[in-house]
Amino acid sequence: MSIALPAGPQPSPNRRITIGTAVFGAGIAAMIGSMLAIWLKFRADAPTRESSDGLKIIKDWLPADVVIPETAANVMLVTLVVACVMGQWASYAARRHDRSHASIAIALTGFFGLAALNAQFFIFREIGIGVADSAYGAMFFAICGVLALLITIGVVYSVAAWFRVIGGRVTDGDAVYGHALYWYILTAAMTAVWLVVYVQK
Amino acid sequence: MTTIDTHAGANSSGSVAGSGGAAATLLAVADWLTSTDHKKIGRLFIILASAGALLSVVIGVLLGFERMDSDSFQLFADDNIGQFFTFFRVELVFGAVLPMLIGIAIAVVPIQVGARSIAFARGASFGLWSWLAGIVMVEIAYLGNGGPGGGNETMVDLFLLGMLLLIVGLVFAAVSLVVTVLNSRAPGMTLERAPLFAWGALVGGSALVFTLPALGANLIYNFVDHRNGRVAFGGNFGVVDWIGWSLSQPQTYVFVLLALAMLAEIATVVSGARHKLRGVVLAGIGIAATSVLGGVIQQQQTMGWDGSLSDKLRDFVPWAIFNLLPILGAMTVLGASMFLLVTRRPRIIAPFVPALLSVVAVIVGMHGHALSTISSTNVATTVFEEAEFIFVMYGGLIAVMAGVSYWGPKLWGRLMPTSAVMGTGVLAFLGTFLAGLPYFVAGFADQPAGVANGFSYDGPQEAWNLLSTAGHVIVLVAVLGFVAAALTGFRNGSAAGDDPWNAHTLEWATPSPAPADNFAEVAVVKSAEPLLDLKTGGAS
Repeated sequence: MSIALPAGPQPSPNRRITIGTAVFGAGIAAMIGSMLAIWLKFRADAPTRESSDGLKIIKDWLPADVVIPETAANVMLVTLVVACVMGQWASYAARRHDRSHASIAIALTGFFGLAALNAQFFIFREIGIGVADSAYGAMFFAICGVLALLITIGVVYSVAAWFRVIGGRVTDGDAVYGHALYWYILTAAMTAVWLVVYVQK
Repeated sequence: MTTIDTHAGANSSGSVAGSGGAAATLLAVADWLTSTDHKKIGRLFIILASAGALLSVVIGVLLGFERMDSDSFQLFADDNIGQFFTFFRVELVFGAVLPMLIGIAIAVVPIQVGARSIAFARGASFGLWSWLAGIVMVEIAYLGNGGPGGGNETMVDLFLLGMLLLIVGLVFAAVSLVVTVLNSRAPGMTLERAPLFAWGALVGGSALVFTLPALGANLIYNFVDHRNGRVAFGGNFGVVDWIGWSLSQPQTYVFVLLALAMLAEIATVVSGARHKLRGVVLAGIGIAATSVLGGVIQQQQTMGWDGSLSDKLRDFVPWAIFNLLPILGAMTVLGASMFLLVTRRPRIIAPFVPALLSVVAVIVGMHGHALSTISSTNVATTVFEEAEFIFVMYGGLIAVMAGVSYWGPKLWGRLMPTSAVMGTGVLAFLGTFLAGLPYFVAGFADQPAGVANGFSYDGPQEAWNLLSTAGHVIVLVAVLGFVAAALTGFRNGSAAGDDPWNAHTLEWATPSPAPADNFAEVAVVKSAEPLLDLKTGGAS
């Protein structure tokens, strides 16, 4: 027995999951940001050549036979935005201790996450380029593969948050708020990838 | 009611193993392997990474011997010597110093901030095993000729995957630490009142969360490319170009930020008083963390100092932000700590010696790097850069000695011998100087970096390489001595008592070794030095 300090109340684990998600999100931002920076560097450094008619200069970056499924990419982005809306709906419901709405909203978030994954794999199949074909191919599959992995983690997060809510822990909204935040982070990451990889190419 | 009652049945050390028998031993092992107790996770990080520390210093010694005679004596084959240079760095950074500093923080910071557990304990545990699996894969890859530039394709893939896995582990551990400091502090403990080491864990952990994923991004690209077409990133020889920045300055400063916080924390205890410049120290640690910028741009910022005044300023300002700000931060912490000691009558404790020497070594390395990034010095591709690395990372190793000897009594319940801690600390510091200083000189004589054979320059080149090798040997002896002293001290040393250093922060208000839940009741904190308040009635 040594030094006695005045005892305080048991501190509640306030917003631990939300803060953890935010810190983890900073790591995601750093990783996606780095991948995009390297992508931009490769694109900027790509060699140039004259077109066959000699009228314009072409950058040897995007392989000639690649047709990027832009519609699927746009749909994927919109799907993730809708997932954010669902996540926010779940947070709104959790703040009001509305278990049924919260559980429906989280389930829908996960469902839209799966839809986004489906769009991503559709793009992989349709793009018509192999991972070993070119620098573009390797980098495209690397960055989009990471995004697919992050969406998969998001779906698992949705399942975990859904179990918490249907298990009656709706008054402890921390997981629901953190869940919504994760989908916001993911959508921001997808927006950046969409702009650089799918729009600017 | 006190905050230091041992939680019922919760003594964390040896309760299972003590019951005897093979089954009990197995249970004890299983208990350690599956534990979510942050003190066990932290100790496992420290113990497992100490093997990495020994391995890395041994490689440093062998590379030194290889360079002593640049013509005839050869330990390694010419085609894989380059791998051993990166092996030395990878092992020292990711196999030793960083995991050990993170381990100390994981074991100590939750108790410091008055929490009963670490945030995301399973995440921290996952971090440990992911790091361990990753570093073992990296070591196997090196042994199988698969390091950067290695000839075995499968092993190079294994190296990249191992690096990725260990980074995932370290990021998980860092996230746990950051969230613990942000979210699990005792009532009344604002961030301004958080212990200096906990503040360092917050800043250092955040810096890791920002920079390690950038390294992960490089590794993912390299892995995908190397495993498939090898058309973009230069194959096995390109790997080091893409990850080399993470093993050089200024990124290495991020890995030793905790060393600064450790000195500030221990200096406060040595002074026996409240830190009058506490805010300055907090700011200093934050300023040193600007070294994350090096990780963000993944390259070094050099200064040409040519052309008109505006050209010079255009060169100088970014160079100063990248290279001088971390020095300013480290010097601020060192200066504030020294100010505290000269204004009081300090009571020197053993861990203070390595803590002080570690920061001095790191600062020497930082100055060396600032000098080498001035273009006109022309030392960028010489062993000068290796000397910077040695000062910074061996400085980190000495900081580990300080941390283990200071907080070890709280984790194991026993003290290390004072003479062993001071002796090995001083020896490691001397070894660091001897290993690094000759390369500063040899750098100006143009001894090339990453080359062990076939170089020649004017001057006593064999003497510089002999002295540097002797330095590595001394560091090896110091590390071995410290490990031996820790093993004997923490097993058979004198009982530490709850507060062996007459310290100020919450971790010393719980029994040694700390029980599983840290505190029977969570305390209310009213200042940055809650124990000093009680000892002095708030008068000091």
